[in-house]
Amino acid sequence: MYKYDEYDHSIVAARVEEFRDQVNRRLAGQITEDQFKPLRLMNGLYLQLHAYMLRVAVPYGTLDSRQMHMLAHIARKYDRGYGHFTTRQNIQYNWIKLADAPDILADLATVEMHAIQTSGNCIRNISSDQYAGAAADELTDPRPWAELLRQWSSFHPEFSYLPRKFKIAVIAADEDRAAMRLHDIGLQVVERGGQHGVAVYVGGGMGRTPMVAPLIKDFVPFEDFLSYMEACLRVYNRYGRRDNIYKARIKILVHEIGADKYRDEVEAEFAEVKKLDLDPPRAEFDRIAAYFAPPPYETGLSDAIDRGDPDFAVWLDQNVAAHKAPGYAIVNISLKPVGGIPGDASADQIDVMADLARDYSFDELRVTHAQNIVLPHVRKADLPAIWQKLADAGLAEANLDLISDIIACPGLDYCSLANARSIPVAQKIAQRFSDLGRQRELGELKLKISGCINACGHHHAGHIGILGVDRKGTENYQLLLGGSGAEDVSLGTITGPGFSEDGIVDAVEKATDVYLRERAEGERFLDTYRRVGMAPFKEAIYG
Amino acid sequence: MRILTGNDLVTGDVTWWTGSGWSRHVEDAADVGDQGEAIAQAEEGARRVNAPYVIDAAETADGPRPAHIKDRIRALGPTVRPDLTLKPADPNAGSWVI
Ligand code: HEM
Ligand code: SF4
Repeated sequence: MYKYDEYDHSIVAARVEEFRDQVNRRLAGQITEDQFKPLRLMNGLYLQLHAYMLRVAVPYGTLDSRQMHMLAHIARKYDRGYGHFTTRQNIQYNWIKLADAPDILADLATVEMHAIQTSGNCIRNISSDQYAGAAADELTDPRPWAELLRQWSSFHPEFSYLPRKFKIAVIAADEDRAAMRLHDIGLQVVERGGQHGVAVYVGGGMGRTPMVAPLIKDFVPFEDFLSYMEACLRVYNRYGRRDNIYKARIKILVHEIGADKYRDEVEAEFAEVKKLDLDPPRAEFDRIAAYFAPPPYETGLSDAIDRGDPDFAVWLDQNVAAHKAPGYAIVNISLKPVGGIPGDASADQIDVMADLARDYSFDELRVTHAQNIVLPHVRKADLPAIWQKLADAGLAEANLDLISDIIACPGLDYCSLANARSIPVAQKIAQRFSDLGRQRELGELKLKISGCINACGHHHAGHIGILGVDRKGTENYQLLLGGSGAEDVSLGTITGPGFSEDGIVDAVEKATDVYLRERAEGERFLDTYRRVGMAPFKEAIYG
Repeated sequence: MRILTGNDLVTGDVTWWTGSGWSRHVEDAADVGDQGEAIAQAEEGARRVNAPYVIDAAETADGPRPAHIKDRIRALGPTVRPDLTLKPADPNAGSWVI
């Protein structure tokens, strides 16, 4: 894990005190809401439906047990006993009091956490592969690259007022677990001639105009990495549309001028930036990478697992992934119990997960963009014990990547921008398919729900996507099919007219029926859809 | 009727203008007629409310009921956490909102 140095500690501490002063001035009436709003947003504090909402950054989704316990402490002391893990690997608290916000940030600072750059038109928290450093299929750990970007982008003066928010994801495996190409910049660490560098994709995003990022450069060596990023951002900062908020994201710029023209601009800018000599020396990368060195794995461990308990065996098959070290595995903790709220965890559950990380996973946890939690490095021999403890805490749902492992944004239950509620739809679908055997028969099926066109719930990237719209004051839901946020990235297509809350659940079921009828050997829902097209689905849903 | 709502500056709680002050209960909301904007401005200036706005509501036997679902959810709390609503464990809470 990265550890703050003196400089990191002092800037975060200074920021907390600065915000405390700003809050005090707001409470004393020395500044108006119009003046205060940008200040609180810079510290992750939104005003939502029921209260203030605080978004806390979890850089590249990595946490240790001390930090996780702190998240539980905040939920308990300042909120209503729970938090909501988000698709950007962060956590949000829904019931924050303005007067408490500085104390919360001070508490977070004690465990090297903050809420800086979790809002506003800046470079947001860098996201990454939740299996980073553990995945059997990765080239290298992408997090040193992400940490370098975090340091470069934190308080970067030139990029604090971009035309619009800016999201970057970094992966280092061919399997994309971070929706990399749906980010403003998506990076994949790749190898060329024995050297690691990045493939750079620019201009992806969701929202009202979803776009898959085109490849802008297939290889940028480490020696040019930050200069190239700087050039990518500078071109955007200069030409991005500040006149129209709906056209301000970099995806619109890249789309309007074309990837080739954007690339040319970046190359020209890069030639200038390179003269500034801002790329760090290799030694600095090595210093950062050392923080992410593999934990001291035991050697000679057996790969055998006792599959005696049938419930355990199902969980093992569904929620446990391959680890690069012999005798180890990656555990996915589903935050999607049937009937629960996707991504929500109680303070007690957060504590349980923190303790499991301390006892079994070299003190590490990850937050996933699918709103689940990962224990990245556990001994296979410990899996039954871990499973038992998870089951005792209501955290052993064996549904990873199944239809009930739903991504859902807060929707109209919490969010002031929403058109419709997302969570109740997720709950009804999970209940309709509550039989785990049925879910497993359907196989991998990524269902994603957003309560409005902002697409925080990634509905464009769902094998099945659902979008909440407002139809004459009532909640209505559009159905999309065929999206993917993985390496086979694609954007979903709307099936046709929308549905009521119950109607959308029926429509989803009909879509799965078509899949079961049409599927060929080995095909997932998405594969069948891609092969047979929209027509049979439409017919079943509207026929 | 037209009613005025906002969030409490300090706590963030949803509040409703009662004619003389602010209440967390929408049942207490008063018809502001065409005075909503003026009251909102004065109250915001006095820091008794944050981000106030005027909405349409229907008069019912149980008091004012906001016209839009968003404000009904604000009045009650998240529909998916009945334990956290203003009237916890009210079995009719959900149907009230929808
Ligand atoms: C409740 C408070 C929230 C507000 C006010 C909010 C607001 C927004 C807005 C306005 C956009 C569109 C930005 C644009 O296209 O320019 C957006 C996009 C997004 N938000 Fe949220 N959001 C909220 C919560 C969340 C949550 C809880 C998540 C995670 C579950 C999330 C993840 C995202 C993602 C992934 C996008 C798409 C990014 C993209 O377009 O590239 N947001 N949000
Ligand atoms: S998609 Fe819309 S409703 Fe959902 S959290 Fe984002 S802004 Fe709110």
